[in-house]
Amino acid sequence: MAEKKEMPPELKGKLRARFNEDWRKELRKSFPVKERMKLPRQKMPERDPEERNKDFSEVNLGLTEKWAREEAKRCLDCANPQCVMGCPVGIDIPTFVKLLEIGDYEQSVRKLKETNVLPAICGRVCPQETQCEVVCNLMKATGVPVAIGNLERFIADYERNTGDVHIPKLPPSTGHKVAVLGAGPAGLTVAGDLALKGHDVTIFEALHVAGGVLVYGIPEFRLPKKILSAEVDYLQNLGVELKTNFVVGLTATIDDLKKEGYEVFFIGTGAGLPNFMRIPGENLVGVYSANEYLTRVNLMRAYDFPVYDTPVYLAKRAAVLGGGNVAMDSVRTAKRLGAKFSACVYRRSRAEMPARAEEVHHAEEEGIEFHFLTTPIRFIGDDKGHLKAMECLRMELGEPDDSGRRRPVPIEGSEFIMEVDLVVVAIGNSSNPLIGQTTPGLKVGKWGNVEVDWETMATNMEGVYAGGDIIRGGATVILAMGDARIAATEMDKYLRSKKAKKRKR
Amino acid sequence: MAKILKRERLVPNIHLIEIEDPQIAKKCKPGQFVIVMADNFGERIPLTIADWDTEKGSVTSVFLVVGTSTHKLSLLEAGDEVPVFVGPLGRPSEIEKFGKILCAGGCFGIAAIYPIARAMKEAGNTVITVLDVKANFLLYWEDKLRSVSDEFYVSSRDGYYDCKEFIPKTLESVVKKEGKIDRVISIGCTYLMYTCSEATKPLGVKTLVSLNPIMVDGTGMCGACRVTVDGRTKFACVDGPDFDGHLVDWEELFIRRKSYFEDEIESLCYWEKKNFP
Repeated sequence: MAEKKEMPPELKGKLRARFNEDWRKELRKSFPVKERMKLPRQKMPERDPEERNKDFSEVNLGLTEKWAREEAKRCLDCANPQCVMGCPVGIDIPTFVKLLEIGDYEQSVRKLKETNVLPAICGRVCPQETQCEVVCNLMKATGVPVAIGNLERFIADYERNTGDVHIPKLPPSTGHKVAVLGAGPAGLTVAGDLALKGHDVTIFEALHVAGGVLVYGIPEFRLPKKILSAEVDYLQNLGVELKTNFVVGLTATIDDLKKEGYEVFFIGTGAGLPNFMRIPGENLVGVYSANEYLTRVNLMRAYDFPVYDTPVYLAKRAAVLGGGNVAMDSVRTAKRLGAKFSACVYRRSRAEMPARAEEVHHAEEEGIEFHFLTTPIRFIGDDKGHLKAMECLRMELGEPDDSGRRRPVPIEGSEFIMEVDLVVVAIGNSSNPLIGQTTPGLKVGKWGNVEVDWETMATNMEGVYAGGDIIRGGATVILAMGDARIAATEMDKYLRSKKAKKRKR
Repeated sequence: MAKILKRERLVPNIHLIEIEDPQIAKKCKPGQFVIVMADNFGERIPLTIADWDTEKGSVTSVFLVVGTSTHKLSLLEAGDEVPVFVGPLGRPSEIEKFGKILCAGGCFGIAAIYPIARAMKEAGNTVITVLDVKANFLLYWEDKLRSVSDEFYVSSRDGYYDCKEFIPKTLESVVKKEGKIDRVISIGCTYLMYTCSEATKPLGVKTLVSLNPIMVDGTGMCGACRVTVDGRTKFACVDGPDFDGHLVDWEELFIRRKSYFEDEIESLCYWEKKNFP
């Protein structure tokens, strides 16, 4: 989704002013571009595949201080930094990277947090290779972009590890009450942005832990829970109130909350409705949605059963359907839970996989098998109703479809049986229906997605905005955060104009 | 954290739990459920709402002690807290004036059907209640249910009450006696709801059942609770829990409910060993 956009003049001006600061000029002079371009990209250290595929500890270990500063040197500090436009939340990448290069970590992390309240998360889970890094001028020049994501992760981790997380001085309270529905990446971002503007923000979360997909979906080995909870703590230190175990629409409706004085709303309730294949045998025991499989393991900690009460099926032969990041998370989870055979079964080929290249690479290293151009047509159970195999078809690639990817076409007569005792369906989600069903008047599309004006993220109801998977139906963490950034700006404008109107009266 | 106001054993193995939560109490409707986690290691378990008190700000559920989670719940006392209490979840039961309603409940369903019977009565229906217990000492809430019923029957295997047979047989004879029934609502264990549905099918009486598949989040996010109704997959948490008993794929439900049978035994053994060495 990295369409080329013109940089807004305001942002351009801001970036240019920083670019022209004396220390930046000196830094550029001190080490010429030619030399910078010769530096090799610092490799992210990883745990040994054979060790890590048996536990849930983090795979990537993070750059050391020395490596991070070496990597920061590679940034050419371009006059026209394309990376900023590549970032859905518009982080001032050159400034934070250059501050890192000179060792001013404190200012670097502050700069980063001005535009991103969740840097330790984004540094880990954003697909930088298709966003900021793909447009990096070093990429164009040498084919190897600056490791922006790894640097973001380093600087956020660095601050957290000092134990001294800077809490910015908040403006005086505006007295405006903001309700954020859903504590996922979109909701957390809106909450942070609006708290920094002095509004009184409450997040309502249906589950018992904040984080949304970051806590129930993304596994510990990719995003440790303690990092997420540190980022949530940070928001609470900004004055954000968090109400868990609260299902907006059921525990209270948007109208009820209006009566309690909330003036503006952000719906970030996510893509909480898993899609299934709709083929025979899908309700056999042993067929899971990725949401259920990952929720049991991550949120409910089934990997530590019976210390935790929630069980999950421990497969011998697991197949995960789909080629996205969620599929990678699921297939690697099955491996970690002891599956001898853990395979990704994808109907297209490797080139069309939406998963991050890094995740696919990690999965391969860990012994995950890939069965491309393959799709199941039915699940087969034993006499107890438990999955024992699936019948598959081979596919070939035909003409490109709406997504621009070549459409998989079944090869006639290519049926074969794959023996599996676990299938995880990871073919995407639809929008959760609850908010649409319980909010009369809210305009909802055919797939249950809340409809918005994409310029402002405003829904058809006054003072109600939405973003993330509830409008997109299943995308990425950073796109949700990008929506949230736009929504937060508009919500702030809305509150201020409301106040002005009141004064006029 | 939500505070327990009351926890009592109603009859052997069946307990009542009353939890403080004014916000949920304000919103409860008959047929909905809550999700509870007994402690931070627990499962999220769904319990049908049996009663609520808006003034006191509390919600009451009744449960049968089966596995680790319900054992843990049964040991909580007034003043204790649970880390998760969320609701009300699911679509409320359809309440309107249908005419003559037959409420068939057993086990924890005796309590779960109470708010539905009450609402049906308030909506102007004639309410016939038929309860099923294995023996007379397992009956509870008799007065509460009598107070909202025009006719009241109990079938108890020991022959202590009106009828000795299992509830489907009782249903047949009650229907014969009471004449045309407009709707049957059945809540209890899966087997009870299944047999009630089988019994009313030939009589052509629309029968609603409150399904209780395994759930995790209870808000439509995970799909653990999928059931097949009329050939289509439904999520009990957001599409139900009430469904037409004549259209439910019962065999699939029985199997899916047993998905973790062995794990449940392992979990209970682990917990017992740890807590009652």
